[in-house]
Amino acid sequence: MSEITAEQVAHLAYLARIDLSPLEITDLTHDLGQIVDSIAKVSEVATADTPATSHPMPLTNVFRDDIVVPSLTVEQALSGAPDRAGDKFRVPAILDEE
Amino acid sequence: MTRSELMDYDKALELFEPVLGFEVHVELNTKTKMFCGCANEFGSGANTNTCPTCLGLPGGLPQVNKKAIESSIRLGLALGCEIAEHSRFARKNYFYPDTAKNFQTSQYDDPICHDGSITIELESGRLVTVEIERAHMEDDAGKLTHMGGATGRIQGADYSLVDYNRGGVPLVEIVTQMIEGAEHDAPEIGRTYVAAIREIAKALGVSNARMEEGNVRCDANVSLRPRGSNVLGTRTETKNVNSLRSVERAVRYEIQRQAAVLHAGGTITQETRHWHEDTGRTSAGRPKSDADDYRYFPEPDLLPMAPSRDWVEELRLTLPEPPAARRKRLQASWGFVNLEFQDVVNSDLLDAVEATVAAGASAQAARKWWTGEIARLANVAGVAADSLVTPVQLAALIELVEAGTLTDRLARQVLEGVIAGEGTPVEVVESRGLAVISDDGPLIAAIDAALLDQPDVLAKIRDGKVQAAGAVIGAVMKAMRGQADAARVRELVLERAQAIE
Repeated sequence: MSEITAEQVAHLAYLARIDLSPLEITDLTHDLGQIVDSIAKVSEVATADTPATSHPMPLTNVFRDDIVVPSLTVEQALSGAPDRAGDKFRVPAILDEE
Repeated sequence: MTRSELMDYDKALELFEPVLGFEVHVELNTKTKMFCGCANEFGSGANTNTCPTCLGLPGGLPQVNKKAIESSIRLGLALGCEIAEHSRFARKNYFYPDTAKNFQTSQYDDPICHDGSITIELESGRLVTVEIERAHMEDDAGKLTHMGGATGRIQGADYSLVDYNRGGVPLVEIVTQMIEGAEHDAPEIGRTYVAAIREIAKALGVSNARMEEGNVRCDANVSLRPRGSNVLGTRTETKNVNSLRSVERAVRYEIQRQAAVLHAGGTITQETRHWHEDTGRTSAGRPKSDADDYRYFPEPDLLPMAPSRDWVEELRLTLPEPPAARRKRLQASWGFVNLEFQDVVNSDLLDAVEATVAAGASAQAARKWWTGEIARLANVAGVAADSLVTPVQLAALIELVEAGTLTDRLARQVLEGVIAGEGTPVEVVESRGLAVISDDGPLIAAIDAALLDQPDVLAKIRDGKVQAAGAVIGAVMKAMRGQADAARVRELVLERAQAIE
């Protein structure tokens, strides 16, 4: 059985800003444990020279040309904003940085 | 911390060895953003350049801008980097209102460029090779404005406003390896390194490279290691260092601050610090914590990149002459002494002087005008010198001076006319009637009148006291409204003093 703990799931939920009930944490701890176990089984047969797969499709270099297309109007852009001030989104002050 | 809690710089260097690292973000000047077709423009109305993709709305799907990849590869090549055969994007997850997506699209374990180096030259002539660990692509965040509170800074702000025009603009982040052995030159290495990156980006044409507009931004990592120890000290990362002078000051400040803390038996907290241009100090941001667990994972909406070797070699052929080599070549060909040349470089007028020389002017005259009168007028107007006149216009003006059609004083008036949009220098000379009067007739008439007006001066000149002629020359120049060649006037005054009745 995997080493996924309820604390890890709760921490991950916090990082992802997902509010989980204790019951959901229990269920997810179980589910994630099964997923990790399954991956461990695959890892057993994958040799060191098998590269990790991030994208299953055999496609690369899909680019677009550098051509401007019309943007949303300011009203469209702000239509989903919970709050606005003039043409800008208004958000609560966050005591953090960057 | 007050200034008195900084250790003297020399003493700090005696006790500790500074170890540096820099992360420089270069904003690319593509027409559109990194992953969508919204315009990449500075100074547009707030939130006018946004779409579902850069706002992170449901249904938005990123598409990679080919030009941004090309610019990143060219920048990497100019930094001596290897271009990865396989590269991919990754999501860097964090929650902060400067990105509406709740993640930054960046690169993690497969950056497009890696393992480069550039050699910079310090004022002492010391050469320092800075190893580049990686240069990766990412998208920029939106712009936050903190409102209310006393200072307009984030501490004490009541709320913040967000403009997402910058969100999604392509960036290349260039990360150095640890720089050891900097010693006393540490602050200058910081400034010179960032200047070199800026210059390379500008020469490649991949960025507008204007630090004041945030096109080039630097985070400076500094740690101190006690002399005789081989254990690295805890580093701080100073953000918001957005001018070359600030890079130098911030590195110096952190060395002095950390030395004082360590010497007093304290410990350095691994944290981000903010540079304050006004006070010349850094202040603590938040310490590294759980919140820095960005949970990077490969971006599922974007396919990997595998730039073909042919493409990379094709791009390599488009690289311009390295800026450092170009500077050496131009200084030699123009015959400028170091001070003259530095003046041109520091005023960002290398291109302007080069183009003026190419248009036929002498290098010294081009330098004198650009760094003198034009720079002065630009400073008054608060604009860039090279936005006032074109090199071709200036070369034409210089030609008029050298042909004797204009004195320097008249040329300055013509320059004003050119800047005011009155036409080419030749047209301004004609429309304002500013040419030097080369016909002796009107000069002689004015000289005779001035001599007869001042009989005592006339007598002195006739007695051989030629220095007395100054008063008459002044009166003549005034009468001619400055449009006379003073040397020719002097000759004629001495001649006429003997001739007239």
